[in-house]
Amino acid sequence: MRSKDLNSIKSDHQSDTVLSVQGLKAYYRTTHFGVNREVKAVDGVDFQVQRNEIYGLAGESSSGKTTLIKTIAAALKPPLEIIAGRVDFAFAPDILKMQSSDLDDLRWRHLSYIVQGSMSVFNPVRRIRQSFVDFAFRHINKSRPEFDKLLDAHLARVKLDPGILNAYPHELSGGMRQRATIALATICRPDFIIADEPTTALDVIVQKNVLDMIKEIQKEMRSSVLLVTHDLGVHAHVADRLGIMYAGRIVEEGPTQTLFRNPRHPYTTHLISSLPRIGDDTMRKGLEGAPPSLASPPNGCRFHPRCPLAMERCRHEVPAMTTIGTEHRVACFAITT
Amino acid sequence: MTTPLLEVDHVTKDYVRGGLFSRQNVRAVCDVSFQIDSEKPEIFTIIGESGSGKSTLASMILNLNQPSEGTVRFLGNNLSELRSQEDRTRFMAQVQPIFQNPFEAFNPLKQLDHYLFMTARRFTQAHDDETAMRCADAALVKVGLSLAEVRGRYAHELSGGQLQRIAVARALIPSPRLIVADEPVSMVDASLRMSIVNLFKTLRDDLGISIIYITHDLATAYYISDRIIIMQHGKVVEAGEAKTVLANPQHEYSKQLKNAVLIPLI
Repeated sequence: MRSKDLNSIKSDHQSDTVLSVQGLKAYYRTTHFGVNREVKAVDGVDFQVQRNEIYGLAGESSSGKTTLIKTIAAALKPPLEIIAGRVDFAFAPDILKMQSSDLDDLRWRHLSYIVQGSMSVFNPVRRIRQSFVDFAFRHINKSRPEFDKLLDAHLARVKLDPGILNAYPHELSGGMRQRATIALATICRPDFIIADEPTTALDVIVQKNVLDMIKEIQKEMRSSVLLVTHDLGVHAHVADRLGIMYAGRIVEEGPTQTLFRNPRHPYTTHLISSLPRIGDDTMRKGLEGAPPSLASPPNGCRFHPRCPLAMERCRHEVPAMTTIGTEHRVACFAITT
Repeated sequence: MTTPLLEVDHVTKDYVRGGLFSRQNVRAVCDVSFQIDSEKPEIFTIIGESGSGKSTLASMILNLNQPSEGTVRFLGNNLSELRSQEDRTRFMAQVQPIFQNPFEAFNPLKQLDHYLFMTARRFTQAHDDETAMRCADAALVKVGLSLAEVRGRYAHELSGGQLQRIAVARALIPSPRLIVADEPVSMVDASLRMSIVNLFKTLRDDLGISIIYITHDLATAYYISDRIIIMQHGKVVEAGEAKTVLANPQHEYSKQLKNAVLIPLI
């Protein structure tokens, strides 16, 4: 049954790569009073996202998720620097070398971003309609009345009443506001959508509605979504493939079902086994120790101080990503040797 | 019959919104009643969406807010009749809070042990540094840390999980009977979340402390709770044994909540 699932996923994408990240390293470099400090937030990340796919990226706070997204979207501000690697989109090869004027044309039209706090997306002193005009109007070659018509039709797709366009952001509930940001991010029918913790601030019921909506829109537009959240339940619900990030590196990657049924990296195994479920009374355990500081990460495999399978080799060598099954890759010596 | 530890008796709370001419009453909590037994420590969970009044209820239990109608009694004493500073301090020593975001609960400019010493001095017989330190260390040991690890550290140097443990340790210093934990794990990293949840179980089983656990996460609620109430728009819509209620919810809203839980495929 599982191989059938995988085949169906595979044939669906026809290996049409939209995003390819290779050997990406992005550090924060600061100098205070002559003391150089380097935070290795993204340290050697490789992955690809196919067309018509939701790629989930899971990781705890300070594992470098947000830095990775910023780099992919080429939104680089000092002290964040690219040290090595490249990011290629199907519609924009080597985005990190592009001019900012070219990036402006690209953004929203091809690459859009659903950000975490829906409250801070919209200008609080302007009506929602104004924000839509500010963000999207210039990317759509249409007259203003046509744009308004399109806007109404698009809001219906995210199940919002067009009346909200005349409201101010604070007049909407959290769920409505989050839906409005999703409408904003998808109105130009972009090829690639980055969603950073789109549902963290929402209630369980609203969360499920919003996730179902993201999935529906993605299927309809056949675009790709990079979904970033620490909540594995969300990933299980929407992601086709899943990458697990720990301390600036991807440690395991595979189709969501495979990863949940057969996690191989000890960190993934722990995350999945610690999820409480209704109807299951077995004892769950927390992980010993704390996530490492990225300013001085441990040598070798960054998970080794907390790993139950740690060996002498893990302390000195960095395990490489090794393919262990269909589309399933893991970076761990205990598994691959 | 012994007096119950906590008795919430038909409690209602109204907030007034608007100005002089546009007064509007917002009913945050509406006619909520429950009891927590003093003999048998338990984890009592309040589940609800944002705006369902669960945090208002918690603030009334902590006596930070007075109910508009109804009474909250702790060991038989009506909380709104606590007048003298002495009574209030005694009450505060027995009922301790734990807040949602450990990064905001601690002052970033102060060392963490300062909080522990302050609590020790205020609520226990520790009048000199040495006893205060001993109190703090004993509390930290209960949550799996030690004073040596915490001494002189600031809030930003520790992870959310460690900070939340310190918050629990601080709450344990006065030897409380009841801990009110408002969304204690929603800001904690996934790999550390279960260690906090398990810590609550240990507190109940080993130290005999009752815990009011406020959350919107049904899965952890199922995992640790003895009894739960489900709140919607300030009203209790369903109450009972956690396992029974969550396994087979009756009310429409509880069913919706359960259906919305994202269950990992396995």
